[in-house]
Amino acid sequence: MKHSMKLTEEQESVLAGSRGDTLAKVMETLVRYGELFGADEMVPVTSEYNHLVTSFGLKALTPVYGLMEKLIEAGAVSKQKFTADPRPLDGNVPSNILQDLIFKKFMYSKQDFYEEQLDKLGLIDSDSFTCACYMDEVGNTPKKGDILSWSESSAVVYANSVLGARCNRNSGIIDLMGSIAGCVPSFGLLKDEGRRADWIVEIKTTKKPEAQLLGSAIGMKVTEDVPYVKGLDKWLGEGLSEDTKTYLKDFGAATASNGAVGLYHIDRITPEAAEQGEALIKDGAKVYVIDDEELERVYKSYPVIWKKKDAKPKLCFMGCPHMSLNQLISWTQKVEESLKKYGNAKVVIPTVFTAAPKVLEAFGKTPYAERLKSTGVITSYICPLMYMNNPLCSSMPVITSSNKLRTYTSAKYYTDDEILVQITKGAE
Amino acid sequence: MKTFQGRTVSPGNVCAEALVSHGGLNTLASFQKALQFGDKKATCGDQNNPDLYGKQMAGKALCLPQTIGSTTGGLVLYCACAMHRQPACMLFSQPIDSLAGAGAVLADVWLEDVSMPVIDSLGDEFLDYVKDGMKITVTPEGTVTVE
Repeated sequence: MKHSMKLTEEQESVLAGSRGDTLAKVMETLVRYGELFGADEMVPVTSEYNHLVTSFGLKALTPVYGLMEKLIEAGAVSKQKFTADPRPLDGNVPSNILQDLIFKKFMYSKQDFYEEQLDKLGLIDSDSFTCACYMDEVGNTPKKGDILSWSESSAVVYANSVLGARCNRNSGIIDLMGSIAGCVPSFGLLKDEGRRADWIVEIKTTKKPEAQLLGSAIGMKVTEDVPYVKGLDKWLGEGLSEDTKTYLKDFGAATASNGAVGLYHIDRITPEAAEQGEALIKDGAKVYVIDDEELERVYKSYPVIWKKKDAKPKLCFMGCPHMSLNQLISWTQKVEESLKKYGNAKVVIPTVFTAAPKVLEAFGKTPYAERLKSTGVITSYICPLMYMNNPLCSSMPVITSSNKLRTYTSAKYYTDDEILVQITKGAE
Repeated sequence: MKTFQGRTVSPGNVCAEALVSHGGLNTLASFQKALQFGDKKATCGDQNNPDLYGKQMAGKALCLPQTIGSTTGGLVLYCACAMHRQPACMLFSQPIDSLAGAGAVLADVWLEDVSMPVIDSLGDEFLDYVKDGMKITVTPEGTVTVE
């Protein structure tokens, strides 16, 4: 194929078919993909592990499994081991007979087959299914400056922003192909210039802004641009504490799903902002001021798409993206205290907290696990989004404080404090 | 009648009826139900997209600014093409985003019997001018005629 991108001798040779037709097509895909965005070269993937967005054996994606099979048959497997997004099914999560039938016999009928494929392609182990793969307990935590071939929008934005790694918002399949080839096209967020901020966001709220609401507001405003956020250190403090990392996990997921943000800088907090400060901001950057009124405006703009708008919630999902260990612990304490306040022994709405299998394992070793269980809250490794992506759930009144889940499904968004009241006292 | 010049992402000749989304196309939300439940018309299932919700996407000239949403977007487009439920062409007013770009390239490189011309960078005026039902003609050189 004709190309303008500069390739190494080895990359040219692979493209010409020296390692077979399948690998040549993998390289062609990456070169053509990169050239669309002005990539001038392919650069080596340097992270220890990859992360894939496709974790589900969804019948609708049958052609993907055919493509995976071609790669496996040609020996074009990943050079890196990888983690993958959460599984779509978990028997712990409440479901009725009809849902079980549709989930297992129809929608996710390819799940076992696809997990076998993932194993052949390089999955780390059977507990490697989570969208928050960068958690210490999971161990897929890139170093600053690492080049990644990841997908999963919430993981990409976290890796870029909080860890200082370099990764574009890759699509599924492209993620795997970069890992197979061992290189990715260099453009966008892999370049210094692509990491400079197009927007200055000034936080002028009178209290700590809700992470998922703030992320939503910024995502909707800047879409795929890079924002430099000032004034958040007043509420989070300087540097990256565990609480701040959890806040930024949820904030980032909302910027990436309500817009298409792949990188943000937080003044005095995220690594590149802490090092370079306002030198990261482009000349002529646009300004977006966020105060209490602006957050209220954004909150009120969310459509309620339940069939019966005032229905009593039947399920609450927390953990999209998956919760951190300190989040599980702090929510255990909050649920206990709130139940006591309202005179209830157990949550009044079936409630599921989701986290990575390895985070749940670590949580299970703390005394908080039993305490949370006694409140009636269920823990699961499921992907709430995949659970809800079906016609049965579109009419089911589900509540959440995840702005990502709100965006992709019919779940209704509430702030953390409102969710706490709903599940411990009941809906007003 | 107006003619717009864009950049060819995937080449091809096509003539089809326009279907216009003024907001970003959430690929997963739009196509999932159609692919899952055998809907050959690929009826848009994204309740958050008032322009497209409930309308047939297969065989239409899909005019849009960009795609948004899950990073499964590229592989969902690839699947729509593989299952022959893709739009006749995709016409982007803005430079193509990384997810749609991936889908277009994957379909072009890995599927032999499928054609879905993709043109980007047609400009805001294109999306202001084109309306549902107008006749669209696309050339391999990235020229889009709307009448």
